Amino acid sequence: MKRISMTVNGVRHEADVEPRTLLVHFIREQLELTGTNVGCDTSSCGACTILMNGQSVKSCTVLAVQADGADVATVEGLASNGDWHPVQKAFHENHGLQCGFCTPGMMMAAVGYLDENPAPTEDEVRLALEGNLCRCTGYHNIVKAVLAAADDMGS
Amino acid sequence: MATAEKYVGGGVPRKEDPKLLTGQGTFLEGLTLPGMLHAALVRSPHGSARINSVDVSAAAAAEGVVAAYSGADLADEWAAGLPMAWPVTDDIRIPDHWPVAQDVARYVGDAVAVVVATSRNAALDAAELVEVEYEVLEAVVDVEAALADDAPRVHESFDDNKSYTWALTNGDVDAAFAKADVVVSERYTQPRLIPNAMEPRAVVAQSVPSTGDFTVWSTTQIPHVAKVLFALTLGIPEGQIRVIAPSDVGGGFGSKLNVYAEEALCIALARRLGKPVKWVAGRSEGYLATIHGRDQVQKIEIAATSDGDILGYRVNIAAAMGAYLQLVAPGVPLLGAFLYCGCYGGEAYHFECTGVFTNTTPTDAYRGAGRPEATYAIERAIDALAREVGVDAAEIRRRNFLPAGDMVQSPGGLAFDSADYEPALDRALELLDYDGFRSDQAERREGGGGKQIGVGFSSYVEICGLAPSQVLASLKYAAGGWDAATVRMLPTGKAEVVTGSSPHGQGHVTSWSQIAADALGIPYEDVTVLHGDTHVAPHGMNTYGSRSLAVAGVAVHNACDRVVDKARGLAAHLLEVAPEDLEYEAGTFSVKGVPDRTKSMPELAFAAWTAHSLPEDSEPGLEASCVYDPPNFTFPFGTHVAVVEVDTETGAVDLVRYIAVDDCGPVINPVIVDGQVHGGVAQGIAAALYEEATYAEDGTLETSSMVNYLVPSAAEFPSFETDRTVTPSTSNPMGVKGIGEAGTIGSAPAVINAIVDALSHLGVTDVPMPASPERVWRAIQAAQGGEA
Repeated sequence: MKRISMTVNGVRHEADVEPRTLLVHFIREQLELTGTNVGCDTSSCGACTILMNGQSVKSCTVLAVQADGADVATVEGLASNGDWHPVQKAFHENHGLQCGFCTPGMMMAAVGYLDENPAPTEDEVRLALEGNLCRCTGYHNIVKAVLAAADDMGS
Repeated sequence: MATAEKYVGGGVPRKEDPKLLTGQGTFLEGLTLPGMLHAALVRSPHGSARINSVDVSAAAAAEGVVAAYSGADLADEWAAGLPMAWPVTDDIRIPDHWPVAQDVARYVGDAVAVVVATSRNAALDAAELVEVEYEVLEAVVDVEAALADDAPRVHESFDDNKSYTWALTNGDVDAAFAKADVVVSERYTQPRLIPNAMEPRAVVAQSVPSTGDFTVWSTTQIPHVAKVLFALTLGIPEGQIRVIAPSDVGGGFGSKLNVYAEEALCIALARRLGKPVKWVAGRSEGYLATIHGRDQVQKIEIAATSDGDILGYRVNIAAAMGAYLQLVAPGVPLLGAFLYCGCYGGEAYHFECTGVFTNTTPTDAYRGAGRPEATYAIERAIDALAREVGVDAAEIRRRNFLPAGDMVQSPGGLAFDSADYEPALDRALELLDYDGFRSDQAERREGGGGKQIGVGFSSYVEICGLAPSQVLASLKYAAGGWDAATVRMLPTGKAEVVTGSSPHGQGHVTSWSQIAADALGIPYEDVTVLHGDTHVAPHGMNTYGSRSLAVAGVAVHNACDRVVDKARGLAAHLLEVAPEDLEYEAGTFSVKGVPDRTKSMPELAFAAWTAHSLPEDSEPGLEASCVYDPPNFTFPFGTHVAVVEVDTETGAVDLVRYIAVDDCGPVINPVIVDGQVHGGVAQGIAAALYEEATYAEDGTLETSSMVNYLVPSAAEFPSFETDRTVTPSTSNPMGVKGIGEAGTIGSAPAVINAIVDALSHLGVTDVPMPASPERVWRAIQAAQGGEA
């Protein structure tokens, strides 16, 4: 067991973890933040995407011990004071989700990307999201939502 | 009934979204119960192997392990094997299918032992310690190879690998072919596909030892069907099982339309150990242990005149069942059996299908189930006919469309409701600018560059609404086609809709709210929809086959009508007039000619609840139920168009445009319908260009994870262009048909036809799915007489 600390959605946590514990399992099981989903075992699907120190990462490819000292943001921290983030609003308004399983990871990837590129083209959004798989939407409305969120945030 | 359509037809934002957008979804992996144990399965690494011994002692002794069992240890748990509900012929061969194999493991992934521990990691670690001694047997993985006389047998108790042969003949097929000027004979393969719902399967089973009651949470599309089948498989009285599909299930596409080994196993383990038992599939484990789709070899012949008028069809299919028969697997090809003539005419039709055992993961219904396969064959073959007789691809479809009308007789034997196929084709051609496209294409060809463009059409008709119980009986389907709804006004004027459908992404909570809010004249926000828990919604036939709206949604509509009828009697009583003297609009009854004498639905709901003054023979409460069994299937249709650019040097295909014009009848929520089309189209395009599960000869699944099975990302698709024609179904009072699978049914042949069209000037007539750059390149080389 190793003692680690990290800030998740603005709250500081300290915990003992097995060195093999993946960050996503730490978030889901020890912090009981189950909004971040696990969709695969090969770092392919991106359902577990979170922000670590402002960068979007797949939390199944990071060990909890590697995130020692990090500032982590998950879907649960996206809204502030009950107000949805523009990306959440845009996913709702553009029907960017169906079953909703990929959605937390998809939104976190989008938030991370829009921070890097606040005014992307459709093709740029499609490329930026290629690490996040969705089986329901055909991506059409996800891409539309991310572009709408960019507009909203830029205006 | 007069209703103002305030919500129906509008793109109301979904009620399902807020919790999914904020991380408050209730996906099953997040469920934890006190004392809960975790199961991990040991799976055979061999395509076919006799199990000589299973030693679980080291696993049982490992830290955190509560129990470990072989298949033989668990044999007395089963009142019956895993269920198969569609015995399509009287002489179908149905093998025993135990949740944990007892003597022979018949595919890579067949469970041979289970370990139960206090944590998932402990269970997975200990599963590695189970020692199984196998005698490896020869496997067969290819559907045609499995039909050879000397093929290894998947089930030694059967003489060969055939499960069944099912056939259908309408008209004089030989005569139609004898008088034909032209016969095209095509052979197509339907690659094996992995459904890949984003949420892996999971189950939690809880027992109450003192009463013998069980609660089972499962990532299932079919909680009600599963409840019946769990009772039969485990020998538990049906009334003592409660099945809950969580309010959030992460996609299905047919892969959660089943009764799986792990579900039965967790119930059995909970019964044996007296504690809740949970199992969650890893994605790669799911690739082995969750049904696959398609895997067919199709031969189709079309007889036609020299003008391209179709006279007859002859179809022969070999369909892989995999190692065992899952819930409805034998019937999957039958869902396409009537559709190999598409939306076209003709005099005669013959269809024959053989279900074949192979040493592979069992197949079953995957989005479209039988209909994408049928549509692919006819839509590819009609292009072949167009080339043969020198008629344009759009024109040959128009020439052969069944006439517009209702209950139009198809050569396949069914009568199609709401047939009107030309307007959808016309609209698609208009959106495409067909003439403009052909002139661009001619220019490219003349230019002779390495980037050539092509267009592909697919005019489909499909069968939804699984549906009239009597017709399903004639196909030997062992369940009904009805669905159920209860609508109740609550004393505070809100409404509760209890539905038998079991949504997992389709937005039924939103759409059913729209239907009920309009019918009852109350705000959309005031409708609650309850589903998925057999204790809350006692009746249902659940969600698959694009049936939910056309069956369960109509049940909601009809139940609302009955609530309004009852409310009318109460309103008449309270207003002291005859019921026929009342007008009903937007939730308010008013006396004809005296518009200020009114009773609103919330007022009536409260009056019905207090029951202080009711009409004679009337009971308290304002509630009604409907179990709706439609008189017929519904037959949505449409035309899809793909435009591709093919790099003739590398074989790379770029999908440039995708146009879908669908006719699913009147639309409840256009935004949701478009979303269903987008997702369906993407899955069909994925099949056409990227996805294929392959096996090595020894039965190893080569595409064993998301790393090497190519689920496409946003980067692989264009935005889709969607439009609709609206031809109401005459089979139900709402005129609705179903849209969940249309995109998948229409899209794959459009894409492949487009690739062939782009390369037709080079002599290419076929590119198999998935059309990888290598396959496209080889097709070009072969057509040019080069190395292939």
